Amino acid sequence: MKILIVEDEPDMRHSLVQSLEEEKYLIETASDYDSALEKIGVYDYDCILLDISLPDGNGLDLLRELKKQNKAEGVIIVSAKDSLDDKIKGLDLGADDYLPKPFHMAELHARVKAVFRRRKLDGHQSAQLGNVTLDLPSRTVTVAGTELVLNRKEYDILLYLLTNKDRLVQKTSLAEHVWGDYIDEADSFEFIYSQIKNLRKKLRDAQAEIEIQSIYGIGYKLHLP
Amino acid sequence: MKLLHYTSLWFLVALFLILLVWAGSFYFIMLDEIYDSIDDGLENQKALIIQKAALDSAILGRADFDESNYQIRKIPADLAFSYRDTYRDTLMYMQVEEDYEPVRLLTTAFEHQGEYYELRVITSMVEEDDLIEDLLYSLLALFLGIIASMVILNNLLLKKIWQPFYQLLDRLRNFRLDDPKPFDATDSKIEEFRLLDTSLQKLLERNVQTFNEQKQFIENAAHELQTPLAISLNKLELMVNQPMDEEQLALAASVMDNLERLIRLNKSLLLLSRINNQQYAGEEEIALNAVVKKVLHDFSDQADYKNIHLILEEKGTIKAKMNPDLAHILVVNLLKNAIVHNRPEGEVHVIIEDQALAVFNTGKPEALDAKKIFERFYKQGSNGSSTGLGLAIVKAITDLYGFGISYRFDERHRFRVEFKP
Repeated sequence: MKILIVEDEPDMRHSLVQSLEEEKYLIETASDYDSALEKIGVYDYDCILLDISLPDGNGLDLLRELKKQNKAEGVIIVSAKDSLDDKIKGLDLGADDYLPKPFHMAELHARVKAVFRRRKLDGHQSAQLGNVTLDLPSRTVTVAGTELVLNRKEYDILLYLLTNKDRLVQKTSLAEHVWGDYIDEADSFEFIYSQIKNLRKKLRDAQAEIEIQSIYGIGYKLHLP
Repeated sequence: MKLLHYTSLWFLVALFLILLVWAGSFYFIMLDEIYDSIDDGLENQKALIIQKAALDSAILGRADFDESNYQIRKIPADLAFSYRDTYRDTLMYMQVEEDYEPVRLLTTAFEHQGEYYELRVITSMVEEDDLIEDLLYSLLALFLGIIASMVILNNLLLKKIWQPFYQLLDRLRNFRLDDPKPFDATDSKIEEFRLLDTSLQKLLERNVQTFNEQKQFIENAAHELQTPLAISLNKLELMVNQPMDEEQLALAASVMDNLERLIRLNKSLLLLSRINNQQYAGEEEIALNAVVKKVLHDFSDQADYKNIHLILEEKGTIKAKMNPDLAHILVVNLLKNAIVHNRPEGEVHVIIEDQALAVFNTGKPEALDAKKIFERFYKQGSNGSSTGLGLAIVKAITDLYGFGISYRFDERHRFRVEFKP
């Protein structure tokens, strides 16, 4: 899986590289319009993270170029401007997704994986860890071949945590992903705990090998003990 | 009180006093002049009578006024020498008027062939009460005449003169900083008005400019903050994924909570300034009933957790022409407010009427400051995680579309939005 990160802020770029490399992706970076243009002319990428405000040009122009070359698929626009206009223009130009800064890394991972899934680059439409398998098109979960019935929210939580397995997922990130980003009052996050508790119980009852670990004050981590 | 009326009133009071003084002096000067003239007449008559007496001594025996206007009687010489001409007012019965009328009486003495006589001559007098009455009536007429002229002058002349001023007032009243219409100069010959006009114009231009810069500043500042906030958040995320002990994690959690609060605040500020800067174009006909139902459903988990009862009562339908995102944001913030500032086991009662949405919620059993509740950063209580911008966002959206919003407390808190179709 080959990813190009077009981002002019060095700190931001380094964080993205560091986080995405954990997933064993092949990462290349470009810090400005010209070098990005050069790279997309020469190589093919499975996913491009594109910051649209670059010092020497507009990322949307880069997107136009990509579209001309039929390579716009798999582009995730990353923008600090969070402007509706840019979002609509970007998606019209064939970008896959639009992620306004600031975002949680877990969310970025989920979006990148969604791009790969949509482009069927994963080869399979399921996520699996230990004896737990999530079939994405049918939204069903099986534990050691037996179906585990989860409600919609529980499924979304499990998929998000599984997408970010072994990574600490903040409760804010989880809440925004599952309940939408307007659930933003910190005192509301307590209710996530009750959902996690239910999910844990169901997994335990089904003798799943995976475990959802609570990390003090921050969030949850799904792993195979 | 209007300027015109105010000046008129002062004019009238001043005029009344001036006229009063003037009428008084006029009356006395007039009276003095009349007496002077009458007394001259009496003196003339005296001379004529004395002349006549020299020719016709028969009149010397006229002891009564009768049909004529004098009487003569003999007096001793020594008394006669003490006489001076005296004029005085007295009353005399008048046949015609059948009443005592004031007369002017001249008493004098003269000598005829060694004898001394006293002569009393009268002439009829101005009736003072009549004079005062006449004077009063004419003054009243004058006063009324002046008032009438003033009203007419005010209405015609002053109004015309002050017209640029009233035009200016009118334009000022309709002036809105967030929607400035071009402020045309009034065409006036009067220098002060022209000066007022240009000064105001400059002042308003500066204000509009400052206002726009301010608006732009908030938006730019919020934008500029996004990148460093993103970097901080992501670095922190990378950090907490490293092995850490519990103490370090607790510190990181606290930093992260506050950082996320900052991010939420920044997002809300950006949203607010975008609404104010009218960057949400694209109005559609929105069926608010569906939006309310969806948002209520989205909040159901959160409400369940706090054991808050969500009740929806659909008595009518709401349709509004607005941006779909803003419609959603409006409903979300209204309901979020009702849920967050609620008590456990509380209740949120949503009533959809025709073109109006009312949200009732239990909570603190006291009314909030209705004037401040929609202000930015107004926080009731000490909910540290609240940005204090939710209701300001609601207000900004209702203002943008000219919807009405009101707050009332009657055991429960009630927010009501009236939509325009």
